[in-house]
This record gives sequence, C-alpha cells and structure tokens, in this order.
Amino acid sequence: MAKYLLLKHYRGAPSAVNDVPMDQWTPQEVEAHIQYMNDFATRLEGTGEFVDGQALSPEGTFVRSDGEGRPPVTDGPFAETKDLIAGWMVIDVDTYERALALAGELSAAPGAGGKPIHEWLELRPFLGAHPTVTE
Amino acid sequence: MDELLLRELTPSVIGVLVRRGVDFATAEDAVQEALIQAALTWPDRQPADPKGWLVTVAWRKFLDAHRSEVARLDRERRVEVEPPPGPTETKDDTLQLFFLCAHPSLTPTAAVALTLRAVGGLTTRQIAQAYLVPEPTMAQRISRAKRTVSDVRFAEPGDLATVLRVLYLVFNEGYTGDIDLAAEAIRLTRQLASMTEDEETAGLLALMLLHHARRPARTQADGSLVPLTEQDRSRWNTSLIAEGVAVLQKALGRDRLGEFQAQAAIAALHADAQRAEETDWVQIVGWYDELFRLTGSPIAALNRAVAIGEADGAKAGLAALAAVDPGLPRHTAASAYLHEKVGDLATAARLYADAARSAPNLAERHHLTLQAARISQALRG
Repeated sequence: MAKYLLLKHYRGAPSAVNDVPMDQWTPQEVEAHIQYMNDFATRLEGTGEFVDGQALSPEGTFVRSDGEGRPPVTDGPFAETKDLIAGWMVIDVDTYERALALAGELSAAPGAGGKPIHEWLELRPFLGAHPTVTE
Repeated sequence: MDELLLRELTPSVIGVLVRRGVDFATAEDAVQEALIQAALTWPDRQPADPKGWLVTVAWRKFLDAHRSEVARLDRERRVEVEPPPGPTETKDDTLQLFFLCAHPSLTPTAAVALTLRAVGGLTTRQIAQAYLVPEPTMAQRISRAKRTVSDVRFAEPGDLATVLRVLYLVFNEGYTGDIDLAAEAIRLTRQLASMTEDEETAGLLALMLLHHARRPARTQADGSLVPLTEQDRSRWNTSLIAEGVAVLQKALGRDRLGEFQAQAAIAALHADAQRAEETDWVQIVGWYDELFRLTGSPIAALNRAVAIGEADGAKAGLAALAAVDPGLPRHTAASAYLHEKVGDLATAARLYADAARSAPNLAERHHLTLQAARISQALRG
C-alpha cells in the first residue's frame, strides 16, 4: 500500500474545464456537487482506502521567526497571485494507477449545468517509512 | 453493565480516596484503573454495592501502585512508608472535583479534558476520539493538567462561573465521534445543578436542554444545516423543552439574572412558537438588550440586530447592524439575510457569497453558498 495526497486548489492550478464560480450554480447543482464529494469519501472508507480529508479556509498568513526575543514576522493575507490550497484527501491505495483513477474521478465532480468540473487536482506520493527489508 | 452508573460514581469515588489522604492525581489514576476492571468484570456479575466495590478496587489499585513505589524507594533509601489509613467518607466531594478540574490555573482545553475524565468518568481514548486528536496527545494533555493542579488544596473554595464555562465549551463541541459531548455536558450540568442553588447553573442547564431539544431538526441526514425558521418543529423534543422551561422559570423567579438565563430565555421563546411566524420577536429583542447589558458582547449586539430585523422590519435591522463591528464572524451573513429581506437581492447574493468564503465550518459554507446560488438563480429569472 502507498499513501497519496490529493490536493485541491482555490487558485494556482490550471483552470478547470467547467470553470463557473459555485455561487453562480443553481442550488440543485450545489447540492449535487456536495453529495458527490460525500459519496466519494464514503465509498473510499468502504473500500478501506480513505485515510483523512480536510477543507481549509481561504484565509491565511505567512509567518517567520525574526530572531530570539522578538515577535514573529507575518505577511498576509495571501497575495492574489499565490497558489492557495483549498483542502486535501489522503488515500492509501495499492498502486499509482489506482491513485490516478481516484483523482480523476474526484476531478469529475458535477458543477454548473450538472456537467463535470474537470478541475485539476494535485497528486503527491508520501515519502514512506524506511522498509525493514532492503536487500 | 451500566456504563452510565460507573461514570456517575467516578467523581465521588475519587473524592473518597482524596479524603483518605491520596493526592488527586494518584487517586484519579487508581479510579481509572478500577473503572477499567469494572468494565471487564461487571458484565458477568454486577456487585450489589457498585460504589463500595469501586472504592475497594480503586483503593487496592492505589495500594498496589503505592507498594511498588514504596518498594522502589525502599531499595533506594531503605525507608518504610505506610499507606495512609482512614474511614470511608459518606460526604460527597463531587462539587469539589468540579472546582478542581475547572481551576483557573488550567487552560480551557486542559480543564475540558480533565473534567471529562475525572468528573465525567470517560476514558482517555473516548475523550481523544471525541476531540479528534491522537490518544497519546490527549493522555499528555490530561497528565499535564493534573500536574498543574497538584498543589491546589482539594477543599479550596471554587468558582462556579469557571465550571459553567467549561461545561458550556463541552456542550458546544457537539458530537463528532461515538461520544455525544452535548449529552455528556447536559448530564454533568444536571449533576452540578442538583448540588447548588445557583441561578446561572440552572440557566445553563435550561439553555442546554432547550438547544438539545432542537437538535433532531437542526440538520438533514446528509449533515446540511436547517435554519431555525425552516425547521420541522414537530421534530423538536417536547419533554426536553418542558424540562428546560421549568428549570429556567424557577431560576428567573429568584430574580438574579445572568447571561446563561438570558440566553435560555431567548431559546425558550423560540421553543414556545408552534410555527416560525408566531415567534415573539419583540420579547426576544428585549432579552438581547438584557444580554448585551450583562455581557457587552458584540455577538449579542449582532444577534440583537437580526432580532430587530424580525420585530421591526429588515430596514430597522440593517440600521442596528450598522452599529456593530463588521469584522465580527457572521456579520456578513446577517447583513446578507437582512438585505434579502429588504428586497436588495443583488447585494444579498454578493454578501452571501462573501460570507461563504469566510464561513468557519463546511456546513455553514455549504448553507451560505446555497443561499447565494438560490438568489442568483432568482435574479437570472
């Protein structure tokens, strides 16, 4: 088994095919989208491949140390040009192909007009633990 | 086996050990071990005197731990220490335990965890699951909390207000895992209310009961929110409402108003309306005035503006809202709601979309996005 991180972006990824902001959808389309996302996670729990999923607020701040005894320096809110992560799902699957297939499925969640969004998701393999047997 | 009985007995058993001279942290550990043993053996044969059984077993667990500690010291220092003897106390120390677990030296997070374990009788694993943190993290949080209060005298007079704040925090966490924290908060507040004549304790209990009564109607099966005005009121729990109203009336009769009583009064007025249109908004505005007078809370001012929007019309509501800090959470959502009511749909749709972006949780974000979508659809005709 190998773990993968599926990242969804508020911005920073290439534009989706069906790129209409959500508040311009009909209420039924919004509900269908949410249902699809919930069903996807539930199904992955059922197959034993779901690990974790969280959504992030679009608000955030950069922080760095400014040396001992001084308060940290902050920069934000994030500039409009910045890549902004919206949320993630961690899956634990047998193969890279399976991870690709699942990411593709998630990207096809329904959007405006009930048509798939075809949004870009980022798929990142975890650096796993060092295996017991190496030779 | 009666798990609830076990948990109800937990604080008084800890109290007995503390009265025998055991320090709180050690007593709490010993009682946790006794609870685990009870969970293993009671299903086959529940003792006739459950509390006596727990005291005996917890005492034995303490002695075992103490003897191995003594043996260790013995090897190191050759000093003999006798375990402190003492009679079983009949006095119940549960109230003292409430005070200790909500001691002002504890952070709210620590106080919540310690209260759920020592007063609530929950295991570390259950508390960790309820708060969605790893079990070792919760175990550390609890043992740090116990160290923090290790110098506090057990009989020290406590402050009910800090206990109420802790219980209110637990209630608001709701339920995420197997443990229903709202129900647990109600159980503990009931226990506390039975030990004191304090009006605000009664007020908090009433507030919890009245909110809990509406829970079946507050969300749909898929977790989406149903606003108060659209809830199926036949799904409200009428016996909880009746209990909440009775508790509140008794407290209000003593004429020592506080913020929890004022909040409960508002919840009672909502519960009193058979249909949303029958809500007595004028009285609700009056209670928000009281609440704001008592607390100066900007959130009370925000909710008051929404209530004025219902009592005197949306225009009056917007005027009241203009005086409230726009940076407040849910200010934008309240503004969107009132703008829709005055008929400014374009502004309402824009504000709902803005509010969705800054929503503090997914359920609210979905709800607000749906409102924006609904109005935008109406505008497109």
